[in-house]
Amino acid sequence: MSVTITVPRDAVALGLGANKVARALFAGAERRGLDVAVKRTGSRGLFWLEPMVEVETPEGRIAYGPVKLEDVDALLDGGLTTGGDHPLRLGDPEKIPFLARQQRLTFHRCGVVDPVSVEDYRAHGGYRGLEAALKLDAEGIVAQVRDSGLRGRGGAGFPAGIKWNTVMLAKADQKYVVCNADEGDSGTFADRMMMEGDPFNLIEGMTIAGVATGATRGYIYLRSEYPQAYQTLKEAIANGVKAGVLGENILGSGKSFHLEVRLGAGAYICGEETSLLESLEGRRGIVRAKPPIPALKGFLGKPTLVNNVMTFTAVPWILEHGAKAYADYGMGRSLGTLPIQLAGNIAQGGLIEVAFGITIREVIEQFGGGTRSGRPVRAVQVGGPLGAYFPDELLDTPLDYEAMAAKKGLVGHGGIVVFDDTVDMAKQARFAFEFCAAESCGKCTPCRIGATRGVETMDKVISGIRSEANLKLVEDLCEVMTDGSLCAMGGLTPMPVMSAITHFPEDFRPAGSLPVAAE
Amino acid sequence: MPRFEPWSAPRAAGIIAEHTHLEGATLPILHALQETFGYVDAGAVPLIADALNLSRAEVHGCITFYHDFRAHPAGRHTVKLCRAEACQAQGCDSLHADILKRLGIAWHGTTADGNCTVEPVYCLGLCANGPAALIDDEPVAHLTADALEAALTEVRQ
Repeated sequence: MSVTITVPRDAVALGLGANKVARALFAGAERRGLDVAVKRTGSRGLFWLEPMVEVETPEGRIAYGPVKLEDVDALLDGGLTTGGDHPLRLGDPEKIPFLARQQRLTFHRCGVVDPVSVEDYRAHGGYRGLEAALKLDAEGIVAQVRDSGLRGRGGAGFPAGIKWNTVMLAKADQKYVVCNADEGDSGTFADRMMMEGDPFNLIEGMTIAGVATGATRGYIYLRSEYPQAYQTLKEAIANGVKAGVLGENILGSGKSFHLEVRLGAGAYICGEETSLLESLEGRRGIVRAKPPIPALKGFLGKPTLVNNVMTFTAVPWILEHGAKAYADYGMGRSLGTLPIQLAGNIAQGGLIEVAFGITIREVIEQFGGGTRSGRPVRAVQVGGPLGAYFPDELLDTPLDYEAMAAKKGLVGHGGIVVFDDTVDMAKQARFAFEFCAAESCGKCTPCRIGATRGVETMDKVISGIRSEANLKLVEDLCEVMTDGSLCAMGGLTPMPVMSAITHFPEDFRPAGSLPVAAE
Repeated sequence: MPRFEPWSAPRAAGIIAEHTHLEGATLPILHALQETFGYVDAGAVPLIADALNLSRAEVHGCITFYHDFRAHPAGRHTVKLCRAEACQAQGCDSLHADILKRLGIAWHGTTADGNCTVEPVYCLGLCANGPAALIDDEPVAHLTADALEAALTEVRQ
């Protein structure tokens, strides 16, 4: 009987040589007369072990990693196909502590299934959520989403059930479901991993949303920086149509849902939902003033449900297992699980799906194993480029929307970027302005002008030109941007800047200068 | 073998016609044109405007808003280097300075032999394995200047 060996096709694994490993495995097995089928999956998100190769044995899967091209011959000679011993042998992947400690509700299939196979998806519990949804009426589905406590995972944390309800109640000849897959925050890759590893989970979540809100058309707005996700989604959608889970008469229910994936074009601002809709309509991604809210007047002026990838992908589990089961995870008003992405200078980076409430320190120490450079952690940016830089003293803050806000930070999309003690926080503050200047849509003045003035003023601070007065000016500018910007781009750029100034003041004194008191 | 076709208005008109049935067709058209010709020629602007019943200013505005679309041909290969925070934490700034120096170009520049254009990008979603890059559409994790040089030699052949 043929032995199945899985090799991820996730972008990280590819970036570390997975395609070469897969080809060598296939060729090497053939040379040795071994009957091997190489199956391509997504990644389980243990990125320091990629490419992580798994062998299906009678005792279950056995993982090996990180497998380099030059390891392949030794692996095959050492009995890889029977789960034989080798220094790279990791054993049962689900028993690796990094994975065993997680609560994978949303990501449980990722890295396990063939991402573009409807059959494999269904064999691993796929489409049970949609089947459950089809037994309910629209109000019943929306009630499940509302009672689960699910909040928008894109960053704003708005209760998903309220949005769904608004679109459901809106009257129109055409409604839309739009997935915000413009995952632009540095340090985040949960959406990418999901779309490359288990795209049918997203497709199923969006289909349930379509059934609940009465929307028959859907779009996935995907950032162009994810070419692998684009190919996987297109392939999955085509296979879904063939299998009757997309298009007309889904699962024989008489309901239809047509889904299309669209590429962005390198504009970070298009992760903002109104800007995304402008872009999807074919215009410059300029932020729209609200109201009207997209739930009532969105894509092409029609009621549109816009949710993040992680919001949609939480839904099939909720419908399958019930709202209460989901709400049993988490803390306070942050219920369910949060896919945390641990990145930057970290020894063991990857995807960590756990209930809300874990502290930043627990994530870095229990999962991350310290910095990759081996130097001490100095700063941690949580929630993407608009998130705060936290010093060591704040690392015991739990990841919870309200607890993070209380410390002037944000959960955002759940990205955690670790910096060691070589980081220069004045440079990071300057970069926050630089990024805003590059990516501002230009509609409102505080953001458009403020970002550029911020870079200039930070340059003065850094080069010691009236540093103290200019730092005051930066603080004043931050206040204007926070209060006066139209959207989160300008409104939150001050967060990384001010957190750097507040928590790391020593980096904002010009080199060689002495504190005032010593003069 | 050149990767891109030379600009041709009739060919462009054909590509545009394939997309006009889409809702919000502008971006799909621009992507398709750039994929074919390597850039969006100024001659495409009136063609798109006509096909979609837009003003030329609207089409021009759309092209110039997005970082992806370029108005002039680039090198045969595009290297996108991630400059965002997670890669900064892995030392991308000094790496990029080294790479640009070796290639003898600045950001957005094309090497003298026309082999590659280097562009900055903010996040490729490879944030636990930085510094990261995309060579054409191929991801590269834990990038080094030597690895990039080797990869560029490989694609040249």
